[in-house]
Amino acid sequence: MSDQILMKGNEAVGEAAIIAGCRYYFAYPITPQNEIPAYMAKRLPEVGGTFLQAESELAAINMVFGASAAGARAMTSSSSPGISLKQEGISYIAGAELPCVIVDMMRGGPGLGNIAGSQADYFQATRGGGNGDYRVLVIAPASVQELADMTVKAFDLADQYSIPVMILGDGFLGQMSEPFTLPKPSGKNFKKPWALTGAKGRKPNIIASMRLTPEDLLEKHNLKLQKTYQEIEANEVMYESYLLDDAEYVIVAYGTSARISRSAITELRKEGIKAGLFRPLTLWPYPYKELKAVSERAKKVLTVEMSLGQMVEDVRLAVQDDAKIDFYGRTGGMLPVSEEIIRKVRSYGG
Amino acid sequence: MHEEIIVAGFGGQGVIMAGKLLCLAAMKEGKHVSHIPSYGAEMRGGTANCSVVISDNPIGSPVVPHPTIVVAMNGPSMRKFEPRLKKGGLLLYNSSLIDFKPERDDIEVIAIKANDIAEDEGSKMAANMAAIGRLQAVKPELVSLDNIIDALKIAVSKRNQKHNEVNIKVLKRANSITA
Repeated sequence: MSDQILMKGNEAVGEAAIIAGCRYYFAYPITPQNEIPAYMAKRLPEVGGTFLQAESELAAINMVFGASAAGARAMTSSSSPGISLKQEGISYIAGAELPCVIVDMMRGGPGLGNIAGSQADYFQATRGGGNGDYRVLVIAPASVQELADMTVKAFDLADQYSIPVMILGDGFLGQMSEPFTLPKPSGKNFKKPWALTGAKGRKPNIIASMRLTPEDLLEKHNLKLQKTYQEIEANEVMYESYLLDDAEYVIVAYGTSARISRSAITELRKEGIKAGLFRPLTLWPYPYKELKAVSERAKKVLTVEMSLGQMVEDVRLAVQDDAKIDFYGRTGGMLPVSEEIIRKVRSYGG
Repeated sequence: MHEEIIVAGFGGQGVIMAGKLLCLAAMKEGKHVSHIPSYGAEMRGGTANCSVVISDNPIGSPVVPHPTIVVAMNGPSMRKFEPRLKKGGLLLYNSSLIDFKPERDDIEVIAIKANDIAEDEGSKMAANMAAIGRLQAVKPELVSLDNIIDALKIAVSKRNQKHNEVNIKVLKRANSITA
């Protein structure tokens, strides 16, 4: 307890990135994640790093592209409409097989929407907002502690698979302060023989975004990307189970929605109703098999989101029994209400 | 113990800091805490507020739609948050600045002349401390006064540490009011 500190989720992400060895951060401001650039602007110069407020979101992601190509650990952050603007760069980075960390503190949409927390960009994050057959590894923390821990892990995963990793939070997680313990650096060191470092005494490295011959180049490149994605699907699925051993009613939720669902489950258990929580921590790769196994024992599977139904599509793919599926969502910056979750689950008992 | 608190006032009254202070103090006691400021398009001269949850159990939503405790430092805050209080909840209001009475009869109401006490002890800036000091006396299970005083070392910026002597005086004076 004694080494716990109180910080906003956004600030915790910043400090964790520095602990992970990130020394290059490029961004363009947007609420509700402005504490990340503010924190990085103050802290990065103290550790010999570079903070640069770019002229646009597109410029920022392309600066990350460049820093990453040179072998550095680089990060950018934004919120929903800003992430939309970064999609071109994210697709290029994925195509070039480069590692980087992207933080999205989602806010209400579509368009400029509002500045309150939301989960309406699940599709954008997990289905790729940019062009091409690519994937971004998406991690969805649910507390300030997890935001910090997962930021450190995100840099390792990015380097290990040479892939963009997205931390998908929301405005509430970014703005809230909670006690947490600073994560430790993982100590992992990844070699980057492909990095563009000046070609002194070796053949030049080339990082390409375009492969004009389809048969032998672009399709082959895509198949190579898919191989990496299969490896990630096999090895990097993360999720949390809460009171699922005897659960008749399974609530599936991530991030802030999962916190509220957990409170509802505590109340339901007091009434003797056997409810439990399945919380995906990676949204891609999604824990399909694990959720399938849990749902087979359940009478009903309720998905709770701060959207009008996005992750529920993955839940349907996992459960493969639409009669079991129910959904409750609030959107536009509104939070799901614990009492409403309780009311819904009670009603399943007849 | 589970309390959902809103501390509200106008910008500059230190309501966000007062909320942080409660969190930092309760953290020392191993309690679960969360703090989230209201942010967004607030009207000039309107209210600033933060939601604070202090609990023996893990906290779900950090946002508090229906508080169990409201600390209202100015009139607009009381108008906004009195109706949202849970039945049986506590409304602690700053009667130095609020010259009207709460309307509900299904809540506990405590008035404190926060600005008067603070000014009397040497700084009108410490009205937030008067409110927190009084709150601690009414809800001692929330957090101890010693831990609040101790948490000032972290909650108050380096630049303002010099005011902690007055802060502590105001906290103690408001805490010792017997009503």
